[in-house]
Amino acid sequence: MTEPQSPQEVPDRDRDSEVEAVESHEPTQQQRIKDLHVTDLGETEAASEAEIEAGEAGAAEASAATAGEDVLLEVNNLKVHFPIKRGVLFDRTVGYVYAVDGVSLAIKPGETYGLVGESGCGKTTLGRGILRLEEPTEGQVLFGGTDIASLTGEALRKERRRMQMVFQDPLGSLDPRQTVESILLEGMRAHGLVKDKAQANARLRQLLSDVGLPANSLRKYPHEFSGGQRQRIGIARALSVDPELIVADEPVSALDVSVQAQVLNLLADLQSERGLTYIVIAHDLAVVRHISDRVGVMYLGSLVEEAPSIDIYAEPLHPYTRALMSAVPVPDPVLEDTRERIVLRGDLPSPVNPPSGCRFHTRCPWRQPTLCDTERPVLTELKPGHRVACHYAAEIASGELKPNAEQLELV
Amino acid sequence: MALLSVQDLSVKFKRRGLAPFDAVDGVSFDVEAGKIVGLVGESGSGKSVTSLAIMRLLPKRGNTIGGVVDFDGTDLLRIPMSQMRDKRGADLAMIFQDPLSSLNPVVPIGLQITEVLKRHRGMRGAAAENEARDLLDQVGIPDPTRRLHEYAHQLSGGMRQRAMIAMALACRPRLLIADEPTTALDVTIQAQILSLLDTLVHEHGTAMIMITHDLGVVAGLCDEVNVMYAGRTVERADRYEIYAHPQHPYTNGLLASIPRLDSPPGERLHPVPGSVSDNIPWASACAFAPRCSNAIGDCRQQSPEFKPAPVGRDHLLRCFNPVEPEAVGAAAVQQMATSPIPPPSNKEQLS
Repeated sequence: MTEPQSPQEVPDRDRDSEVEAVESHEPTQQQRIKDLHVTDLGETEAASEAEIEAGEAGAAEASAATAGEDVLLEVNNLKVHFPIKRGVLFDRTVGYVYAVDGVSLAIKPGETYGLVGESGCGKTTLGRGILRLEEPTEGQVLFGGTDIASLTGEALRKERRRMQMVFQDPLGSLDPRQTVESILLEGMRAHGLVKDKAQANARLRQLLSDVGLPANSLRKYPHEFSGGQRQRIGIARALSVDPELIVADEPVSALDVSVQAQVLNLLADLQSERGLTYIVIAHDLAVVRHISDRVGVMYLGSLVEEAPSIDIYAEPLHPYTRALMSAVPVPDPVLEDTRERIVLRGDLPSPVNPPSGCRFHTRCPWRQPTLCDTERPVLTELKPGHRVACHYAAEIASGELKPNAEQLELV
Repeated sequence: MALLSVQDLSVKFKRRGLAPFDAVDGVSFDVEAGKIVGLVGESGSGKSVTSLAIMRLLPKRGNTIGGVVDFDGTDLLRIPMSQMRDKRGADLAMIFQDPLSSLNPVVPIGLQITEVLKRHRGMRGAAAENEARDLLDQVGIPDPTRRLHEYAHQLSGGMRQRAMIAMALACRPRLLIADEPTTALDVTIQAQILSLLDTLVHEHGTAMIMITHDLGVVAGLCDEVNVMYAGRTVERADRYEIYAHPQHPYTNGLLASIPRLDSPPGERLHPVPGSVSDNIPWASACAFAPRCSNAIGDCRQQSPEFKPAPVGRDHLLRCFNPVEPEAVGAAAVQQMATSPIPPPSNKEQLS
């Protein structure tokens, strides 16, 4: 279990001067900060002010500055917008799908970062944007200090060796006409990792045994394997070039539960053997929380909450995380009967035309008449390592605000 | 007297040059009015084929169906197809997994619902349309008047599934079969649909068969749980019993392989080893034996019977060497007694 170090390292003695610095900012923001201090969540570290001050984009920069080299991947205010084109002859752009709209995060080496959210929240696009499989519209992706978003040509190709992806649908992401051997060798050849046949064979055998595939798999084709084994091939392919970062996009959602557990254990083993860093993207909160050190919850293109995986269940602070958590069925009838369920109304709004202010305010049971629909909340550190983007998170956590009884409009 | 009584149902698929494949192999269960019976299992366990056989939706060619499906005194497998068509939609209805491919893409939602009303309830024109609007309203579709004229692709996933449910409920069926109704949906939408189904079943006294692979969904919804493996039921009990004392190694293994929200993260999972392709035929052995951690000599030489379990009430089991209920039971009971959102340290709160 790793804790982000950045916030705690800002010394407490700066508290007063920082509060003063905040005064110069817009009044609403300032009021919010004062409120945070009087509530029960008093242990908020001084660093949070610094972060609020600098705004969302600055937050990650600040954390990177304090954490020094201890950050493998840093994403600063990443935006991926897809244009919507109309017309036959002239491709007029009539609007944008705001798939990822300003995400900042920092991931340390050896850490597993889980991204969770409903379909359409932009989690997959964020993962692809980080690997530059989608071209970012704006923002920075610093991988070991290099800005991936600005690399081109050969430099980008070389950098790609260090970051790999495991895809959701194992059959769809493996070439049906390539043998396992050729699938695994392709990447190694492209990056000049194979010198001669003997060395290549040794490497292939090692890879197969690492991911738990039988040694006679090399000559077989993907269709000859079961779902779980195919996902192992996908993992072996990612590992074949010795990456540092693996982005796993829904690695187990196509698998049966018993096989899913096998693959989750495999991912954990590989991480401890090779010191890999993972970004695991999934819609299943239980899976994400199980495998991750830290979890980021996404809603409509932005992070709404980020916390160590223990805290996210024990104390979800964002209303959306609470709702998501209460919607996950638990295999325990007694618990299911007694626990309180927050059933959200309606569906996810369209990312083409996202709601003003807080993106979640159209479905939020705790919506307040002010701020929510006018001002977009930034990720604020309420507790060490626990960031949340909600204007009223502190009041909701202390029980001061209750969910609205009236039914929200159906979308 | 149960509303639906399935006795010794078996479905064999013919294979060219090979012995027939037993997709469903002697499955029996009862469904009473107002109760929800869950069929749980992984892909290939025969749960969907069971439901299709009950509805007689399997193709005529290439398979043999045996056994009795007694619905309120009529054996559904023996009546002529024309009578079956009268029953489908009126007495028995089904909700499928993927609403987009189950709805007709070129016919508006409203017309698809009124079609059922016209066929089974003899309604016409404005009356049918009003009824369809009421149905859409009942399943929680906002602005039903507008939605009546929309097509499936214009609705969101959750809305499509609601439309499917409205269609299934159009004639107040006495039995509803839901085949993985929420698998294609997000968890927040899943919660909406499950609470809708729960309300409908308990308000109207409809009997329901819930087919799913998600043990979490079953835990919150079903009155009785049937765990299926390779075409046979391997364990049956009410939901409290089966989660507190899972005795079949497969049920136990399934429960141990799920990462749970209320257990500490990062703990190692205990998966069921191997995959379904390791199965051996039921005829002379236990199909699960090659993957079973509890397998003993008998397991590979005899086929186990489905009989009352050594421990527990109304608990049926197909196993020679069941899991000791104490071992799993203790942990489950502890977890039960903790608060709805238990912090990991609160386990002492046992009453």
